[in-house]
Amino acid sequence: MSSFTSLIGGYDISKLLGDSLRAGVNVQSAAFALGAVGLNLHYGFTGLLNVGMVAFMAAGSYGMAIIFTQGLFGGSILLGILGGLVFATIIALLVGIPALRLRSDYLAITTIAIGEVMRISFRSRRLLDITGGPFGLPSIEDRSADISLADRIGRDWNPFFSVDDPTKTFGFWRLDFDAKTLWLMIIGWTLVVLCSLLVWKLIQSPWGRVIKAIREDEDAARALGKNVFGYKLQSLIIGGCIGALAGIVRTLDSGFVESNQFKPQTTFFIWTVLILGGAASKWGPMLGAFVFWFVLVFVEEALRQVIINADDMVWMGLEANDVGRMRLIMMGIMLAALMIWRPQGILGKKEEALLDAR
Amino acid sequence: MPANSSESHASDARPTARNAAQMAVRTAQPEPGSVKPDAILTIDNVSRSFGGLKAVDVKRLEVQRGVITAFIGPNGAGKTTFFNLLTRFDDPDTGAWNFNGKPMQDQRSYAIAKAGMVRTFQLTKSLGKMSVMDNMMLGAKNQSGESLSRALLKGSWRKQERRVEAQATDLLGRFNLAHMRDEYAATLSGGQRKLLEMARALMSEPELILLDEPMAGVNPALVQSLLGHVQALRDDGVSVLFIEHDMDVIMGISDWIVVLAEGSVIAEGTPEQVSQNDVVVDAYLGTSFAGATGDGARSSEGDEGNQQ
Repeated sequence: MSSFTSLIGGYDISKLLGDSLRAGVNVQSAAFALGAVGLNLHYGFTGLLNVGMVAFMAAGSYGMAIIFTQGLFGGSILLGILGGLVFATIIALLVGIPALRLRSDYLAITTIAIGEVMRISFRSRRLLDITGGPFGLPSIEDRSADISLADRIGRDWNPFFSVDDPTKTFGFWRLDFDAKTLWLMIIGWTLVVLCSLLVWKLIQSPWGRVIKAIREDEDAARALGKNVFGYKLQSLIIGGCIGALAGIVRTLDSGFVESNQFKPQTTFFIWTVLILGGAASKWGPMLGAFVFWFVLVFVEEALRQVIINADDMVWMGLEANDVGRMRLIMMGIMLAALMIWRPQGILGKKEEALLDAR
Repeated sequence: MPANSSESHASDARPTARNAAQMAVRTAQPEPGSVKPDAILTIDNVSRSFGGLKAVDVKRLEVQRGVITAFIGPNGAGKTTFFNLLTRFDDPDTGAWNFNGKPMQDQRSYAIAKAGMVRTFQLTKSLGKMSVMDNMMLGAKNQSGESLSRALLKGSWRKQERRVEAQATDLLGRFNLAHMRDEYAATLSGGQRKLLEMARALMSEPELILLDEPMAGVNPALVQSLLGHVQALRDDGVSVLFIEHDMDVIMGISDWIVVLAEGSVIAEGTPEQVSQNDVVVDAYLGTSFAGATGDGARSSEGDEGNQQ
């Protein structure tokens, strides 16, 4: 599709915009949006400081992968997903029952810890037969049935896949995707929309009124006869399961699990997505994920092109190797700017953000 | 606006003919721990220490049903701590109490509220980023839509929601907050928040309401209106227990007064009896008054203030 290509003085604008858009709508972006939807229920509506969303993602990913590779339910993906959600629920109970009775800071400490405990435990050589230890599960295969997760979701269950033309791509311009990616994008973004609507419907109900009251003042809710601990636990479980779906979507896409996919920074990216989009808003997590990935790739690509076009391929002391690190620094600066000039995020309500700043 | 509301409600504060419960409580002995003809709340040996300071140490207290009972006492007398213990927002070291004959000391705070014993706070807890109407509707008891399993089935709670909204609209009207129903609660003035908190507590249709200094920080005109509301509650059959340390404010509306000092009940009686009690006069005007206020900073109320 060369008609879209536009080179302006050595700068490839088409690639710059195309790659950024591509990143914004990709499966990875959908996974981050899902994580942010779960975190929105936790933090945006219930006021729970969950700093370990990655733990729920790991529970979903490993839960599904282990069930699949062990051939526990005849290699069923749906039962694998269900297993991942059950695992996430167990983690929520494990964290919530002791920590939700205490002040909110303790939940933050506990969640950040459980994420690391899980990551390091899964790396353990003692779990080599189950989690693959430090090697992870490089291809999620059901050994007894001789079928891999990637094949299941990418071929057998993929309406876009055709045996005659397995490399066929869909789309236009730089936004063309292979059959598996397209299928997973549809699954991923559909889940994002469904989970966003689920959370919104819950928040609009009397249940949601209690949840918001807990965010505003736990003691006030308690004084009106609401079982605050029970509500917080329910919120933690539901948000945690949505987080597990984020991990599951990411694993369906990558086709493998490995403990380094679940480092704490994933949690902070999800926080960035939520704050960027606007906490306590309906579509904030979804828009936040798109903008996050778009900007991240845009900054990287723009910087790369500037450096390539500069004399000696050095620009303000930066070389092509530095681009990967610079993009995170730029992201950080933009987030700081956002906090100063638009603390409510893109879709958040300004009045609510101001009411907080007393 | 506040001036208006006080005018319209000042008339509510006039003394009315005493009802049966008010007459009955006057027959009780004016001494600490006296037996009441029809007690809604009976309290035994409730104590709480903060380090070496015994903040609350109440041997025996009965609260009469259907009347306004006031807790008074100098700063640091343990009034708020006593409230916190009774509603289990704090854990007592010892003690037992029955509400409507049911033991409450082992219940959680939300269960005590559900049982019909609802409190408000000295520092108001309005839910700032929720509308005034949402604040009110939260107060209603037994809402089926509050259970997760029904939350998504709008049909199962739509009718109840309408009933709750009608009840809230009615109460907001009575408390002169109707025009604020769609505003964020954080935009209310201090006095309006006091009104909102009391109205919200009433949404749960309590049998006994515990008001922690409902008049503190409220302008004198609005105080008259609040007093009117408290009396109206009693006339509707609600038992009221409220904390105040300004004696003048409560003498007019209380049916029974319990005087606390240094954590213990030092006197009980009708307003007339208490105002002539030497022990009370000592506690307020004598040497112990100066001592008690000096201790205010490390008292239970001081602690509560610091937490918030």
